[in-house]
Amino acid sequence: MSAMPEVNELREVSGPSALGGGRRRFFDLLWLMGVTEFKRTYFGTVLGYLWSLVRPLLLFAVLLFVFTKVVRIGTDTPNYPVLLLLGIVLFSFFQEGTQNSVTSVVAQEGVVRKTQFPRLVIPLATVLTSLFNLLLNLVIVFIFILAWGVDPTWTWLLFPFALGLIAILTAATSMMLSVLFVRFRDVAIIWAVLAQVLFYMTPILYPLTILHNQTLERLMLINPLAPIINEIQRWVINPDQASAASIAGGAVYLLPAAALFVAVCAFGAWIFNRDAPRIAEEL
Amino acid sequence: MPVDNHIARSLSQHSRVPDATTPLAIQVEGLSKAFRIPTHRIDSLKERTVRMFSGREYRELQALDDISFEIRQGEFFGIVGRNGSGKSTLLKLLASIYRADAGKIRMAGRLAPFIELGVGFNVELTARENVVLNGVMMGLTPGEAGNRLDPVLEFAELEEFVDLKLKNYSSGMLVRLAFATMLQADADVLLIDEVLAVGDASFQQKCADAFRRMKEEGRTIVLVTHEMATVEAYCHRAMLISDGKIQALGEPEEIAKQYLRLNFEEGAASAGVTPKSSGDGVRLLDAWMEDGAGARATSVEQGTPINIHVEIEVAREVSALGVGFILANSEGLGMFQFGTPIEGEDGSDRLRSGQRVRIDTTLENPLAPGRYFIHCGVQRHQAGGEDVSLYTHNALDFLVYGGQAARGVVALPHQIKAVLDPPESR
Repeated sequence: MSAMPEVNELREVSGPSALGGGRRRFFDLLWLMGVTEFKRTYFGTVLGYLWSLVRPLLLFAVLLFVFTKVVRIGTDTPNYPVLLLLGIVLFSFFQEGTQNSVTSVVAQEGVVRKTQFPRLVIPLATVLTSLFNLLLNLVIVFIFILAWGVDPTWTWLLFPFALGLIAILTAATSMMLSVLFVRFRDVAIIWAVLAQVLFYMTPILYPLTILHNQTLERLMLINPLAPIINEIQRWVINPDQASAASIAGGAVYLLPAAALFVAVCAFGAWIFNRDAPRIAEEL
Repeated sequence: MPVDNHIARSLSQHSRVPDATTPLAIQVEGLSKAFRIPTHRIDSLKERTVRMFSGREYRELQALDDISFEIRQGEFFGIVGRNGSGKSTLLKLLASIYRADAGKIRMAGRLAPFIELGVGFNVELTARENVVLNGVMMGLTPGEAGNRLDPVLEFAELEEFVDLKLKNYSSGMLVRLAFATMLQADADVLLIDEVLAVGDASFQQKCADAFRRMKEEGRTIVLVTHEMATVEAYCHRAMLISDGKIQALGEPEEIAKQYLRLNFEEGAASAGVTPKSSGDGVRLLDAWMEDGAGARATSVEQGTPINIHVEIEVAREVSALGVGFILANSEGLGMFQFGTPIEGEDGSDRLRSGQRVRIDTTLENPLAPGRYFIHCGVQRHQAGGEDVSLYTHNALDFLVYGGQAARGVVALPHQIKAVLDPPESR
């Protein structure tokens, strides 16, 4: 607050938008909303943070049982339990982040209809909340990995890079879904199913090489998450595991995944930017 | 806010009434906004795919049509208009919540909106979180926003509920918090939609004081309201909007008069009862409420009698005229009907051409707090029944405030007590 009345100059008001309104405010808002939501979800309840751990751990326990005792895929794969755990935690981030984002803009209706602020903050803050959760979970996962007897290698340093790619994909998907949901309410149901399909199309329960069919493997590798998860497994847990490029029979076969990755990001950014100015009217 | 800031502001050039030399705060040029309302709403991807090749049909609703005006710094500017006139759309455009189809808005300084009785809260969060979040949305740093928390809660009288989620707040508490948050935003321009009916009488007084102070400080305030008394009491200038166009802009008294006139005409038309030969029949000149001291008022405290007056003029000689009223609440429920025949001079029931009649009514007031409407009709008794000469829907509206926020539509005078250990029943 200044003691002197400032002389204010007329400036054009551009209306609502996806970004806009200054970089500092954008990041302040993003951080604040992400942290607030994180605290609310994980520290607001009695069981708090433990609650968020229960879900992936339970899933892990069930899948571990099924795939080592019933269907014996896991027994042939070295370090299968930690591989599975890491995969589940990473995919849970993608799934939870996108799923929560779908309804995020509509859920914040009261704020959107009464305040001017960069609309992009809403889905991104939701993803940020999931990211906080992931980082906490990863601490536990890495304790498991070390306890299991996996030795740290220099390739662990590559992990944050791969994590960044997953975060970017999650954010772009969230932007797309959140703004589509404003107009099409069945997006939530469609996405819930698609995310489930995606889970089985990503090498989490099984290694890609189990297919023994290069065409199928190449098809699986169109899913951008597949090569990323595969490389993470190689970098963090099993250095001997085949790289995505070698499974597909050449790095060139990873281009569809790269193209899809870029396409999702571009489409997410484009459609959010296009629809952001009119979100308040559609609600 | 520190005291020296007050003084600085009140000593500044803005404290005088803004005139043509005062710099502009808001400049609006050729602003237009239309809403496309689909004749068939498609709200699923499935349907969208099915109807991929059938063209989409829209009904275009022109909410604002080429509006231009200027507001000077330090001005208290009123925007009035009937529901659906476009005034709220205008406010949302000014607040950057809607995007304009055409035209330009220029604004000087920071802006704080207060729209539909709120500033945009997330009800899943606590008051503390919301106030800080709102501050950051307004462009403060998280630290500055945190410093605002205490004054906001103090003004809203909600210190004890700082860590309560807003979904557990009563609507009155929510509005108080929202209003306090807006006041503390320290913005240069305030956009306010329908606010003065907030809370109980003491909080209303607080709001009124805050408004007066902001006016003295030279803040620019744009107020959208139905309350003509507010417009006349606070505004330097006012603007009447009708069908998305500026109908009039000027002195508050003049605008208030025009608004009321517009209200009568449209009200009668929308009620589906056309005044029979309004040229040579009966005309409703005025309808108003008075407080106990005989001054015009738009709100009344619960329990205080309601004084309603209407003035009509007969355009030609008529006989057997009666006037009737319906008191309705904000949900349109007719609560009470009352009326009287009009007696002419020397005991006959004839009224001469051009004669004016004032009807004075006093009603007991057991009404629950809220907004009420008076519909007014003038009828002529005839052999075959009644002939409606005039009917004005919403001839008058007023507010009942105070009391407890009771459930129900009336607060009946009652006695109630609890008897401990009652003697054995007979």
